[in-house]
Amino acid sequence: METIYLTIVLAPLIGAIIAGLWRNQVGKAGAHWVTIIGVGISCVLSIYVLLGFTHGDAESQNLSLYTWMVSDGLRFEIGFLVDQLTAMMMAVVTFVSLMVHIYTVGYMAHEEGYQRFFSYIALFTFSMLMLVMSNNFMQLFFGWEAVGLVSYLLIGFYFKKETAIFANLKAFLVNRVGDFGFILGIAAIAMYTNSLDYAEVFEKSAGLANEQITVFPGTSWSLMTVICVLLFIGAMGKSAQMPLHVWLPDSMEGPTPISALIHAATMVTAGIFMVARMSPLYELSETALSFVLIIGATTAFFTGLIGIVQNDIKRVVAYSTLSQLGYMIAALGASAYAAGVFHLMTHAFFKALLFLAAGSVIIGMHHDQDIRNMGGIRKYMPITWITSLLGSLALIGTPFFSGFFSKDAIIESVHLADRFGTNYAYYLLVAGVFVTALYSFRMFFLVFHGNGPRDEHAKAHLHESPWVVTVPLVLLAIPSVVIGWFTIEPMLFGEFFKDAIYVDSANDVLAHMGEGYHGALGFVVHGVMQAPFWLALGGFLTAWYIYMMKPSIALDIKVRFDWLYTILDRKYGFDELFQFVFAGGSRMLGKIFWKGGDQFLIDGVAVNGSAHGVGWLASVARYLQTGFLNHYAIAMILGLIGLVGWFVILQ
Amino acid sequence: MAFDTTQLIPLLPEIILLVGVSLVLVIDLMVTDKERTWPFMLTLFTLLAAGCTTVMLADGTTQVVFDGTYIRDPMSDILKASLLFLAVPVFIYAREGLMKSGQWRGEFMTLTLFAILGMMVMISSNGFISLYLGLELLSLCLYALVAFNRDSSKSAEAAMKYFILGALASGLLLYGISMLYGATGKLDFPSIAQAVVGKESDIVLVFGLVFVVIGLAFKFGAVPFHMWVPDVYDGATTPVTLLVGSLPKIAALGLAMRILVDGLGELQESWQMMLIILALLSMALGNLVAIAQENIKRMLAYSTISHVGFIFLGILAGSDEGYRAAIFYVIAYAAMAAGAFGVLIALDRKGLEVDQLHQLKGLNEKHPWLAGTMLLLMFSMAGVPPTVGFFAKLFVLEAIVSVGLTWLALVAVFFSIIGAFYYIRVVKHVYFDKPTDDVEVEVGGAAQVMLAINGLAMLALGLFPAILMNLI
Repeated sequence: METIYLTIVLAPLIGAIIAGLWRNQVGKAGAHWVTIIGVGISCVLSIYVLLGFTHGDAESQNLSLYTWMVSDGLRFEIGFLVDQLTAMMMAVVTFVSLMVHIYTVGYMAHEEGYQRFFSYIALFTFSMLMLVMSNNFMQLFFGWEAVGLVSYLLIGFYFKKETAIFANLKAFLVNRVGDFGFILGIAAIAMYTNSLDYAEVFEKSAGLANEQITVFPGTSWSLMTVICVLLFIGAMGKSAQMPLHVWLPDSMEGPTPISALIHAATMVTAGIFMVARMSPLYELSETALSFVLIIGATTAFFTGLIGIVQNDIKRVVAYSTLSQLGYMIAALGASAYAAGVFHLMTHAFFKALLFLAAGSVIIGMHHDQDIRNMGGIRKYMPITWITSLLGSLALIGTPFFSGFFSKDAIIESVHLADRFGTNYAYYLLVAGVFVTALYSFRMFFLVFHGNGPRDEHAKAHLHESPWVVTVPLVLLAIPSVVIGWFTIEPMLFGEFFKDAIYVDSANDVLAHMGEGYHGALGFVVHGVMQAPFWLALGGFLTAWYIYMMKPSIALDIKVRFDWLYTILDRKYGFDELFQFVFAGGSRMLGKIFWKGGDQFLIDGVAVNGSAHGVGWLASVARYLQTGFLNHYAIAMILGLIGLVGWFVILQ
Repeated sequence: MAFDTTQLIPLLPEIILLVGVSLVLVIDLMVTDKERTWPFMLTLFTLLAAGCTTVMLADGTTQVVFDGTYIRDPMSDILKASLLFLAVPVFIYAREGLMKSGQWRGEFMTLTLFAILGMMVMISSNGFISLYLGLELLSLCLYALVAFNRDSSKSAEAAMKYFILGALASGLLLYGISMLYGATGKLDFPSIAQAVVGKESDIVLVFGLVFVVIGLAFKFGAVPFHMWVPDVYDGATTPVTLLVGSLPKIAALGLAMRILVDGLGELQESWQMMLIILALLSMALGNLVAIAQENIKRMLAYSTISHVGFIFLGILAGSDEGYRAAIFYVIAYAAMAAGAFGVLIALDRKGLEVDQLHQLKGLNEKHPWLAGTMLLLMFSMAGVPPTVGFFAKLFVLEAIVSVGLTWLALVAVFFSIIGAFYYIRVVKHVYFDKPTDDVEVEVGGAAQVMLAINGLAMLALGLFPAILMNLI
């Protein structure tokens, strides 16, 4: 198995290295072939590993491959922990990545930096696999930062574009905030358990459940709460939860394939994966779980609202991603880790599909992304249309589609959960269903229906995208539709995650739900009688009525609720706030330190002072090297006399 | 002890090398300049054959042959194997450089191979006689090699200085050896080790020890016995500097271990203090003066001096951990130095040596692969993780901290920080400055591939330090 795991991880890396370092030698075709083959190998083997768990009798494996170093008892290792959770993530990551690789061949065909792009996305696949397969915090952090790096590089892929540079810097800085919390959390774990290995940490954590620590004088906090909240701050950065969500919409500056891969299906779900993986720790802190729940639900509803007023096709999908991530996080907060991970999986498929479909539309529209300029595209791009429809239906939670099962499970489990904030979260999540349906179908109708594109020139050139684009769409549409039906039972109510996710029996809402579960059909029937279904239908009908029947209403609402529109259009002012308070504040602080601290104290006195000192010493000392042989010999003899004097005569 | 032929088995690598060098000597007489590839191939083959034999003979045991004058043990195996295998890139780079300057002659191969033979004898010596034999074989070859560029008065001057100071150092070493002989009546290390038990404060012994340590310090180039280093590095043609700067350090470590640990382990208290003084002076002077150098060969000379300080730290820890750290350091250092001079050689043009720092400016625009190699090598020398140089320093520091010399570790780290400046300055020139000329880099395929491997090895060994550490 060890060889298989290593191959899974290394195949994309080798592809990335070849495509990156020998980009001129391998050429365009070489670059996409070598990375596609690399990721393809990973994908096949990952599915093999997953099948071992679902249909075979594979055991979860915890392997330490290599000890990089040992420092004061703390081992820095490279190792793999492969259990059901990891296997599922591996399969999802490599499958979506493979689809995106193939799609990119068509999407990027005429772009500059073709090889660079393939090298980056293959490198991303490697990093993401390192993250999910890790068995220790050190490697987790490596993967965490590595995916962040690749994300940064890809958002700024068009590095000559001002907005792209701004966006990647923003993503980078916001993630710094999250990662600061994350590494503090890891440090706290290392400090109290003296280990970075998951298994050891989980084992020792139970004994630390009642530990109290003083962070600031006069406060006493539960250690586990501090650790879990700190780790979750990392997840908030990576999974773009309010208020650290601001980078994700801007990340749409990157090419569409990476929006699908990194900013929808995989990297942004790393936070959800991490919390699920750390479930033994989170189960020890009610406070932290409430925090998680409230943040998740807030994000789910409020970012969804913004989605309604966006006009950039990719940004609509981006806000939808934020909102769906909020759902997953809320599920984690309700101790329904399996439901969160389940939604992660279904979402990965349908959201990658929606992004890639949006990309297909963008290709057709010659890189015009404004949905107000579109319309009637259905006629020209039938495959994109049908796959988009399936993706949207899955997203809003239409019965029998994958999204229905996962979203209903989340809402139901939050409803059943009993901790601070569950009511607040429940109502927001239920309301969010309406919002989801509204923005999804607003976009769908504006893009695909109604009167054709305004621009006659664009209209004339509209045609379906090449097969490398449509095949991934179809291949992603299939799991988007059916995967929920087949996997809900083992993943939520069965034994699948038994070893991978730990839930305290007092918190186990899914087990509670499972008592009333009688097959997927029963789940659908039950769901149809609940509020979320009717709200989704309501959202759909509202969208249909406003955007298909009476477009004048949209304008009317916009005028009448101008204040609301402004708030949403300004995204609640988070950008301004952060830019003014944090960016401006840190620049001001930086300026103070720069002028006063750096230029005067450090540069003037410490650095230049000591550099001058060192430089002076160096210039003096070099004169010792006179070039005269007799001086050299005398130096040796003086050395001799010195040593003899010290050791023989003095002692 | 009667002689029987099985005693020759531990010497197989040396015998192979001797046969090889004799063949090279003879064949080289009969080839034209164009056919010199054949003796060169034979040279590489000899090195690899001797290296592989060393590896095959390495079984973790200790064998003493020739009436107790010659020893083969795990330490000699690892040092010799790394010596022989590192000699391969050294030859490949040197050939590249000598071809460019039109000095690609057979003498280089013969002299270098004899020098390597001398180093192997040093590493395997079990007594003062064989040790001195190896040392002189090495030194005489090096004197001649430094003067290899016959038409350059600078080279001749450097060789002359090296020769005279070397003779002085040899004299001091021999005087020290005679003192030790006088005090113990023995010449082989195990007997000396027995004889000195209980005589730690014998004045004659300590007196002899001082002279022997000075002989060692000269070989390493530790302050204040370092004066030859910058002049020789600068004066010799770069391919010879490459040789002088890399492989003999490995042999010098073998020499130090044999004398100080095998022979005079009982006197550790005395030599520890001496080495502390030498190490401190070397790290301080080496790092400080390197900053002031505009000539990159001189800069690397001072950098060598500072690295010698670190190697001494490993030895003076006086623990197994320290010895292993020193061996790790010296092997890593030899590989880094070989690579760094190799990059300089790659930049050489026909008839013009690159030796000024500003000539490296903008290398990244001209030749990204070489620039990347230089980056890895410089980071490794500065000790930036995750390159092997970081672990070399880390192991040494761990060793001296664990014997209670924390203050010394702090001083060492302090000087490393100062030292990082001039390594990173090279990286700055390579990556962030504009080229000052538009001459293209011409480098042969073999040297280019070897350099890439050399640079990546620094990274690979940094990621997997255990590969090397477990062998030691």
